Amino acid sequence: MDILKLITAGSVDDGKSTLIGRLLYDSKSILIDQLEAIEKQSKNKEQGEIDLALLTDGLRAEREQGITIDVAYKYFSTPKRKFIIADAPGHIQYTRNMVTGASNSDLVIILIDARHGVIEQTRRHSIIASLLQLPHIVVAINKMDLVEFKEDVYNNIVIEYSKVAAQLGLKDVTYIPISALNGDNIVDKSDKMPWYQGESLLSFLEQVEVEKDINYTDARFPVQYVIRPQTEELHDYRGYAGKLISGVFAKGDKIIVQPSGLTSKIKSIEIGGEEIDEAYAPQSVVLQLEDDIDVSRGDVIVPVDNLPHVEQEVDVLVCWMANKPFAAGNRYFLQINSRVVKTVVKEIDYRLDVNSLEKDYSIKSAALNDVVKAKIKTASPIVFDEYDKLRVNGGAILIDETSLVTVGACMIQTLNP
Amino acid sequence: MSKYHFDYLDNLESEAIHIFREVAGQFERPALLFSGGKDSITLVHLALKAFRPGKFPFPLVHIDTGHNFPEALAFRDHLAEKIGEKLIVRNVEDTIKAKGLTEQKGKFASRNALQTFTLLDTIEEFKFDACIGGARRDEEKARAKERIFSVRDEFGQWDPKLQRPELWNTYNGKIHKGENVRVFPISNWTELDVWNYIRRNNIELPSIYYAHEREVLEYENQLVATSEFIRVDPGDSIVRKTVRYRTVGDMTCTAAVESNASTIEDIISEIIATKTSERGETRIDDRVSEAAMEDRKKNGYF
Ligand SMILES: Nc1nc2c(ncn2[C@@H]2O[C@H](COP(=O)(O)OP(=O)(O)O)[C@@H](O)[C@H]2O)c(=O)[nH]1
Repeated sequence: MDILKLITAGSVDDGKSTLIGRLLYDSKSILIDQLEAIEKQSKNKEQGEIDLALLTDGLRAEREQGITIDVAYKYFSTPKRKFIIADAPGHIQYTRNMVTGASNSDLVIILIDARHGVIEQTRRHSIIASLLQLPHIVVAINKMDLVEFKEDVYNNIVIEYSKVAAQLGLKDVTYIPISALNGDNIVDKSDKMPWYQGESLLSFLEQVEVEKDINYTDARFPVQYVIRPQTEELHDYRGYAGKLISGVFAKGDKIIVQPSGLTSKIKSIEIGGEEIDEAYAPQSVVLQLEDDIDVSRGDVIVPVDNLPHVEQEVDVLVCWMANKPFAAGNRYFLQINSRVVKTVVKEIDYRLDVNSLEKDYSIKSAALNDVVKAKIKTASPIVFDEYDKLRVNGGAILIDETSLVTVGACMIQTLNP
Repeated sequence: MSKYHFDYLDNLESEAIHIFREVAGQFERPALLFSGGKDSITLVHLALKAFRPGKFPFPLVHIDTGHNFPEALAFRDHLAEKIGEKLIVRNVEDTIKAKGLTEQKGKFASRNALQTFTLLDTIEEFKFDACIGGARRDEEKARAKERIFSVRDEFGQWDPKLQRPELWNTYNGKIHKGENVRVFPISNWTELDVWNYIRRNNIELPSIYYAHEREVLEYENQLVATSEFIRVDPGDSIVRKTVRYRTVGDMTCTAAVESNASTIEDIISEIIATKTSERGETRIDDRVSEAAMEDRKKNGYF
């Protein structure tokens, strides 16, 4: 049994909450007291049946406004998998929530209302999924009951969406016609759509392979913390604690510490004080090195023959998440894994229209929910791989210097020539 | 399947260890809030994996309401001693006296709300900048949106609208003076995940998690242990039953479940078969209102 992290995207009323409620309900993850609570509320709303959407509507402020305003996480399991669903709202202004949810997901379910087909927001969600390099995409064509479960409605939407997928270069796209409300093609295959040859949504989610998304080639070990017991028997012990975010390390491997460039060999690999011979992503371990060299939090240990980039000037795609504008000359903290450096925005190249992919070169600053390409310069070098090549070592956050709030998500692109 | 198979518990464990080390790396004065329950015992186990052979870079801190199960307190002291880590205990009783706080009245008068005062005073006393806790997102709806690093103001308050977006596995722990962060390393675990992890790692628990005979008061379908802290009225039904606890909080507001499960395997089978979620079944205080948890969180409760 492993874990699949997924995110649902759709515009308001496409049936996202109903779908998640349905998955939880049909996988028997909703327990009696939770059901009682939503039954009570469903009655308050004077609806006859229970309203599955209420299961995912978290906070009171939102209940009062009647909309979802943030990312909420839901959990369910089947004997094959544990599922973690990030529920990101479909509201137009909440690009940032989808970016946040997508950054931690392996798969996105993009909901389309069968009556409306591909709309502006479908494109927007797909563009975000492609910017964040989500490995798997499911296009769930919902409310099939409202179009009499007709095959040609489904086929037309598949054709329409394939164009979007081709334009964005989306690779792994799966189409499933469903009715979230009635449970058609959710857990079991629906007898109302005999023309559909594929699997039900849940059995697809149970089988989609995520293990092969893990990179076992490029070992990257960001140091989080240095363990120094300084006891009598462990007087000289220096253990570098961190998570191997990608790749494999074995005892004896020759390594280089970036950005310092110091080299050594792995003396031991430990978990909880016990030695192992080999570590692989995404294990959290402790490394000891043969040589007494200077290594501290924020450094990255990598193999001598497989190097990341170490640079101070990079191009980034930024999803801007704050009300204050993002503009050339602004300074921020940039955090990539455990490394924090000061950074300044050199220039903004263009704003990417997340509905049309058009580039606007005339803009001077970015506003909340904008996606822009920018050049930034850091006060000391950062150690990274291009986001396209290695997601786990190519994403960084921007932190406001005075409010200290996370204000932007950066996907590091190519190097500056 | 590749030879590097990592199952769901391995994944959850590695994620939690990573979070622990981010706390150690980013904060000056962290603390691990230890309640004596299975979730915080699991945290201690994860911290051992994160920091051994070194010492924990934080003390264990217990806010003792004075209404705890004696078994849980004994276990707390035993565990702290066994692992050789520092334990700080602060008593709600002392805060009540010092500040002249008014205690709740009634049958199951709870000190849950007052706990917040002692916690905030303790944070102030030791200038803690990060408090690690065992809350899980599956426990309750308001928690489903909680961040792993959750920033609180000087009053311990949580503003659901001001939460920082959390991207990739990058945790922004920067705070202003006076603010602190609550950190939840097992956010993504469910109750069953915790039990399976306890089983896999043979983690020792207080005896009250396993079936035992006890005198209980039957009240609105819940079984509450009799103790000096609850009021028994004429006509109350008091019986002896074989019970166990699913969560361990105060004696006044934690209910037992009837069960013969005396091993961890039995407990796991019971949980799989069970139809009531953990909080609904055993936390009397959450029943008050749908928004009860949200209100308490805003006021600095964990
Ligand atoms: N007929 C029909 N209605 C649906 C279906 N899925 C959702 N709905 C309804 O569409 C409305 C919006 O659903 P909701 O889940 O709240 O949408 P969200 O805004 O995307 O979370 C509700 O009235 C649902 O009952 C479906 O498959 N068929």
